[in-house]
This record gives sequence, structure tokens and C-alpha cells, in this order.
Amino acid sequence: MTSRVPLLGWFFGAMAAVALERLAGTPLAQVLGLQKIPVLFGFSVMLKNPVLIPNVILYMLIIYAVPTAVVTRLSISPANGIAASLYRFPLVVTATVHLALLYAILHVWAGVSDYRVLVLRLTLIAIMLTLSLNVVNGYMGEFSCSHPGFMALGAYCASVLTIGLFVNAKLLGTASLPPALGPFLFPAALVLGGVVASIGALLVAVPSFRTRGDYLAIISLAFLFIVKSLIENLEFVRGPRGLSGQPDLADLPTVFLWTVLCVWSVNNFVRSTVGKALNAVRDNEMAADAMTVDTRRTKMVAFLFAAFWAGVAGGLFAHVMRYVNPGNFGIQNLAEVLAMVYFGGLNSVYGSIVGAVSISLLGEALRPLEIFKWIVIPLLLILVMIFRPTGLIAFRDLDVRNLLQPKRKQDGEA
Amino acid sequence: MTLPLLQVRNMSHDFGGLRAVRDYNLEIGSGQIRGLIGPNGAGKTTIFNLITGIYKPSEGEIFLDGRKIDGLPPNRIASGGVGRTFQNLLLWRHMTVLEHVKMAHYSKIRYGLFGAFFGTPARHREEAGIEEKAVRLLDRMGIRHLADQVVLNLPYGAQRRVEMARALATEPRVLLLDEPTAGMNPEELVQIMEIIRRVHGEFGLAILLIEHRMKVVMELCDTIQTLDFGAVIAEGTPGEIQNNPRVIDAYLGQERAD
Repeated sequence: MTSRVPLLGWFFGAMAAVALERLAGTPLAQVLGLQKIPVLFGFSVMLKNPVLIPNVILYMLIIYAVPTAVVTRLSISPANGIAASLYRFPLVVTATVHLALLYAILHVWAGVSDYRVLVLRLTLIAIMLTLSLNVVNGYMGEFSCSHPGFMALGAYCASVLTIGLFVNAKLLGTASLPPALGPFLFPAALVLGGVVASIGALLVAVPSFRTRGDYLAIISLAFLFIVKSLIENLEFVRGPRGLSGQPDLADLPTVFLWTVLCVWSVNNFVRSTVGKALNAVRDNEMAADAMTVDTRRTKMVAFLFAAFWAGVAGGLFAHVMRYVNPGNFGIQNLAEVLAMVYFGGLNSVYGSIVGAVSISLLGEALRPLEIFKWIVIPLLLILVMIFRPTGLIAFRDLDVRNLLQPKRKQDGEA
Repeated sequence: MTLPLLQVRNMSHDFGGLRAVRDYNLEIGSGQIRGLIGPNGAGKTTIFNLITGIYKPSEGEIFLDGRKIDGLPPNRIASGGVGRTFQNLLLWRHMTVLEHVKMAHYSKIRYGLFGAFFGTPARHREEAGIEEKAVRLLDRMGIRHLADQVVLNLPYGAQRRVEMARALATEPRVLLLDEPTAGMNPEELVQIMEIIRRVHGEFGLAILLIEHRMKVVMELCDTIQTLDFGAVIAEGTPGEIQNNPRVIDAYLGQERAD
């Protein structure tokens, strides 16, 4: 039956669930003795107070599972109808409508608490980071460790720019532009952060792509430490004390938009023949060369492209947290992003999304376990490595056209 | 006299102290099929690697259509018109058959990075054109039905065909085939010979063929070079080679001559 539900149908179902929570969530939670709406699917409530586990499950069923299932089931044929008529428009229009609906769902879901908004924004940023690292570690098959470094470059560049221009801070004196211009210049700040990260990537790429092997891993790890200690020793950006007071420019729609842009451009790239050359270089570089592929250029472009998105993600991160210090961009951050890439699946846009979402949400949901969180998550990672060595959803193309198409009854059924 | 398509002049190559190729000369024009035989380790594949730029010759020069190509990077030599297959099948294990053939059009792609990142209409047009060409080629090679298969799952004979299709998709003027029949059963052998004949006829290629099966070499090649310890010890028509005492001694073995 699920094979006949178009993506739009699932969106309708999810919309019904989040709308129901908005309307009836608080009273239901109180009736069930949960005090307030469980913010992240009740994990923290269940872990803190196991007696409430049945109540949380009941809440999940009533608010999420049942409405989603019922509305999705009921909407199969209207959703298919709408999907079919949307499908006749250019792909951009169809995709925009779907994305708008997806955003609406996320907005209503997150509207319940500020904590949800924060987690959601960080998760979206994690998707950007994971996807861009997947370009290097998955699609290209090299092992890069410098992603937090690129992120730091992006974060600090964007922060210096926005703080300098829009905030009365000690850093760069009084604000030279009215704060109202912020939202318009913020994209430029992010892009600048991305470009600076790309320039940093060039420093790593030039020596490491002369030969194949472990050089990239070593050089990129060194780069990560260099960036970190550079920032720690730069009094201009307040060294290890960190930089705070970024204007509040990275709200949910902004982060969502940039994430969509990132997923879209990465997916475009890896599905083109120019991008598939990464796979050819990874699987056999000598054959790629013999088939006219400029392997060095291919590797450089992909690495700089990945660094650009890591830089943009860093800029967004700085403006979501509104405080960054060099400690944000260390080995722990690297380990998290690597875990998201390998958990979700190499060489796959779906995989990166799944990996980033599940590891970030899990990280938040298991917070009550405190230090044991760092036993549970690695254990999960080990299990995935044993049973699916390339990750949950590896080597799968994201074909937007296929994803959005209406699902008709199969010929046999009619 | 017309210029030969591919010309190799006094090429030598050393691996450390070992002279793997010694004073090698080759002239091959369009439409010719040249065989390259010799015992294992004679330097046949090394010659291919030198011509395609994987190694740079220690001495000597290589010309394609009168243009010097030695010292160029391998991808430039390939896009200049030298296609090749590999002895031990260097396919891309996670890619489909169609993707293999499309990839060989890399150097002709015009939409650039902008098109790759932003999916411009020009890119979609161009990709569609490449795909159409690739499908046509697969059709001619008799593997169109495998287009969406990942190469790893294919039988050996089909993988050989994919490699050949991929090499042809670079639109070469000279095709270097490194043991195209290795590991094939007699039935597949006949098919691959048929394919070589056909691509030779249809594309008017110059073909340089390394092969251990004498039947294949003798039937396909106009002239044959025999290599031993990196040096050419005999050159001539199949008939001449078969009866050359030095070839018999070095490679074919005494029994064959009886």
C-alpha cells in the first residue's frame, strides 16, 4: 500500500500530526501526566522517568502515528491527483511547492518550543556539513579530516563581517550599517565565509592531491589544528575566549533555505558526468585518466566545493549559536561529522540526510544519559559498520523527478 | 608519403636499472591492425603505458598525427585520440554500464562547473546528447540491455565489452587493446573477434593489439611485432612471424614449428 503514496501524501499526513500537536498537544500531555509536550519525541522524559514510558508511547500514537497514518491513507487519491497536476509544471515549480510544504511542517512542529527550533536549525546545519564531507569521503573516496577547520574559517569570517557592520562591539567599533540591512547582507557574509574556507582548502589540496594515499588525511588533520591554534592566538577575534554577539540573522527559514541550496547544488553536481568523474577517480584513477578525465582538476574542484559548503555551514552555525570559540571546531566536532557520514551512508545524498538527522537527534534525545551517550552512539555506529559496512543508505542516487512523481496504481491492479 | 597516425621513435624505458623497453619503433596508419606478441614480461604492456602517458619514456619520442605527445598527462593523450583497454579490466565497480560510457565523453563536456552545480538547461541538453550517443554505442556493442547494471554484477565477457565500449566512446583514432580475449571461453572469443573486426571496419581505427592467443593474432593482424626482453626481435606478416626461427625460439616454442 505504501508504494502508492506519493511524497505529497506523506506531507499531508505529517502536516495533520504537527497541526494536531499544536492544537491539542498541551492538554493531552497534561492528561497523560507529562506536564508539557515532550519536545523530542519523549526520549528525555522516558530516560529520566521510566514510569512514564507507556504515557509517552500513548502520546506518540495519538499525536503522531495515528493521524499521520489516517490522513496519509485518506489522502492517497487526492494527493496523487495534486501531485499529477503539479508534475505537469516545470520541475522547479513542483519542487518549490513540496519544499514549501516541508518547511510549513517543520515550522509548525518547531513552533512548540524554542528548544525545537534550535535543534532543528542545528540539524539542518549538520545536513550541510555531512553532505559536503560525503562529497570528499564518499563520492571521491579520499579521507579528509579538515571539515571543522573549514567550518571555523567560515564561522569567523562571517561573524567578523556581521559583528563589524551591524553591532556596536569592541571588535570593530560602532555599527557602520543599520541592522535592517542585515538580512540582505547576510548571504554575502556566508558566501565570503565559504570562499575563505575554499581558499583554505586550496592550501590542503595542492600538496595532497599530487599522489594518492593517506596524504590527504594527514595534511587535512594538520590543517584542522593549524586553523584552531591560529584562532586561539588571534587576539583580534578574542582568541580562546571566543566571539559573541553575532546578530540574530540565522532564523529557521534562512537556515532551511541554505540547506536546500546546499543539497540541491551537491545533488546536481554528483549526478552530472563531471561529478560522476569523482566516482571514476575513486574506483580506478588510472582508468579515469585513460578515459580523458582530468583527475587532478576533478579532485581539486570537489574538495574546494565541499569546503565552500562547510564554510557556509560554519557561518550559519555561528549565527545560530551567536557565540563561537575555537573549541567548537576540534576533534570532537570532526568525530561527529564523520560519524554522520559513515552512519548514513557513503556516496548518497539520502544517506547524508538520514545520518545527519539521526545522529543529531539521537545526540539531543540521549542527553539525559550524560556521559553514557558516548557509549550508546558509538555502539550504534559499530553495529551499522558490521551489518552495513558502507552505511545505512549508501550508493543511492537522489532523483528529484522520481521522488516527486505521483504514484499510480500498477497496471496489473487496474 | 602520408604521415603515419601514430609514430614511436627510438623509445626506451628504464625501471631503475632494468631496461624494460629498448629502442622501440612503431608506425601505424589509419585502418591498420598491428599485433604485439611476446612472452610474459617482454614489455608489451609497458609500451602501452608509455604511449598512453602513464609512464614517461626515458628516451625517444611519440607522435600522434605529427604532434608530439610524450610528456603530456594521460588524460590529454586520451582526449587527443588514443583509446585503450586494460589487461586486468580496470572498470569502476560502483558505476553502471551506461555511466561508464558517458564518462568517456568527459573531455568534450562544455557546460562547465556552473552547469554542474546549478543544473542549467544547457547542461541537461548536453547530458541528454551524451546519453543518446552512449546508448547507441551500447546498442552496437550488443550490451544495451545491461545499461543500468552495475558492472560488478556482470559476467566476465560482458565486462570486457563494457571496457571496449568505454574505450570507443572516447572516440579514439588509435585503439590499444591489451589482451582483449584474456579469460574468455571459445564462444565469447569468437564474439569479441567479431566486435574488433566490426569496430575496425566501422570506425576506421588504427588498432594495436596485445594478445597471447595465436589464432586471434594471426586472423586479425596485418603485421605483427614480436617482443623479447623489451626489444623487437621480429616484425612482419603473420606468415613470416610464424616461420621466423627467433620467434619460435623465444615465444612460440619448437613444437609449433613442427
